[in-house]
Amino acid sequence: MADNPHAPEIPGFTETATLVKPRPEEGPKDRTMVLNMGPQHPSTHGVLRVVLEIDGETVVKLVPDIGYLHTGIEKTCEAKFWQQVVPLTDRIDYLCPMTNNLCYCLAGEKLLQLEIPARAQWMRVLLNELTRLNSHLVWLGTHAMDIGALTVFLYTFREREEILRIFEHVSGQRMMTSYFRIGGLALEPPLDFFSSVQSLVKILPEKIDEYENLLTGNPIFINRLKGVGYLSAEDAISLGVTGPPLRASGVDWDLRRDMPYTSYEKFQFKVPVSNDGDVWARYLVRLQEMRESVKICQQALDGMPEGSIKADAPHVVLPDREKMKTQMESLIYHFKIVTEGFQVPAGEVYQAVESPRGEMGYYAVSDGTAKPYRVHMRNPSFATLQALETMCVGRLIADVVAVIGSIDIVLGEIDR
Amino acid sequence: MGEALLTREAVFDALAENVAIQALRAAHPEAITNAKFDRGELTLVIAADQIRAACRTLQQAGYNFLEDVTCVDWYPVEPRFQVTYHILSHKMKERVRLHAMVESIDPSVDSITPVWPAANYYEREVWDLFGVRFHGHPGLRRIMMPEEWEGHPLRKDYPVEGYR
Repeated sequence: MADNPHAPEIPGFTETATLVKPRPEEGPKDRTMVLNMGPQHPSTHGVLRVVLEIDGETVVKLVPDIGYLHTGIEKTCEAKFWQQVVPLTDRIDYLCPMTNNLCYCLAGEKLLQLEIPARAQWMRVLLNELTRLNSHLVWLGTHAMDIGALTVFLYTFREREEILRIFEHVSGQRMMTSYFRIGGLALEPPLDFFSSVQSLVKILPEKIDEYENLLTGNPIFINRLKGVGYLSAEDAISLGVTGPPLRASGVDWDLRRDMPYTSYEKFQFKVPVSNDGDVWARYLVRLQEMRESVKICQQALDGMPEGSIKADAPHVVLPDREKMKTQMESLIYHFKIVTEGFQVPAGEVYQAVESPRGEMGYYAVSDGTAKPYRVHMRNPSFATLQALETMCVGRLIADVVAVIGSIDIVLGEIDR
Repeated sequence: MGEALLTREAVFDALAENVAIQALRAAHPEAITNAKFDRGELTLVIAADQIRAACRTLQQAGYNFLEDVTCVDWYPVEPRFQVTYHILSHKMKERVRLHAMVESIDPSVDSITPVWPAANYYEREVWDLFGVRFHGHPGLRRIMMPEEWEGHPLRKDYPVEGYR
């Protein structure tokens, strides 16, 4: 591969495949071979390419190759108005659009120093926990399917469909919701929204029991997961791992509890932690998290405050449709926001939230104009992928599949 | 959140108890060239040649987790590139942001991968999209763009639609 006559001659050019080489000079006994896994491989959850050096079936070296989904979202943000960036944030991680919306809106609100009404904040918490359940249901179904337990997928997608129906009901879209705005929510939730969430929240605990009945006692599932993909707490911290993999390695850290945002400090929930650090621990931690999310949803439904869903900031928040028909100022503000955006005072902020995959952070820089000067996303999957080699070396190829499933990566988020 | 503090002296006076500032001033008296406390967030501008030492000091002072490394292009102002680090302390529940300002001619800065291996991918991303090189990085290759790509797309003088 290194002496490929067709390789372009560019200084600093390294083909990823050349980083992993078979070593025939070590004799036929120690001979290793290179295996290319992906980018189109069903268990890589997207377009992840992994180049493996294997000795028999044991992984000796592992190099992830990413960038197949790079769409330049950060560059696109710089050409949009502040409010036009919200739909772009959905596309970063298609499994937790609301979390992305929330993180971006919080960053914008911090720059503008806006005060958000309680009802909007509680709605954000409720929808974020539903998003976490949605994402964890997809993870559980696909992870079990990778291991060979095909049935679970059908069960989890049944409940996920219900959550997506709620999203469609509240925002008009199943996946690319774009429901949050800088300054609050897009719309008041429809009348039967809370009752439909309530009926879902009521059945979810027994559904989670059902998944556990299928998996937690299953000896094949346990054997495939226990002791596989070990990651120590020190390695997890030094490699930038966050979220459930970090908590499964014994680090008790959850941004919702430790650095609360959007009124999470008003909710009671436990942060599940395990000290085992393997794929099995990550499975248990995520299942516990789903149960806690259900509890948070219930608390949000019980205590949902009344009031406005938008901040009192007419130069930032679009006015109500009804007011536009009767009040001249509303019409003018609407016209100004839509045509020339709103100006955000110069400065920089970093806002982090706990996404289903770990710490999601938005770093937003404003130069005082109506367009962001720079928006950077710190995505949990991107950092967690760095730990893949540590978790896989010395294990079998089949374990690589289990480990990739257990860190729950979304490639759209890695490549942006 | 209070008033924004925009000068180094004002930040040093108001946040004399801050662990990050104390540790950095004790270990490297000249390292902090500017400081800012705005919207509840602390920003320290570190002399670019001391960034690795500053990170190591912060790590020893309890800021154990590297969250993010990124860059902002202030074209045409010099120094042009603002390499930005976000560092978190799990124990103190506190975050500090470091800036290292880099000139546009041969933009480069020391890699902090020896301090936090997590910086590996982030620094590759900054190299790929901004063209800032990192000395001592174990494998500085493009990460998002194809390996034979020319130019660095997130620079401000690179058109949004790309070159056609």
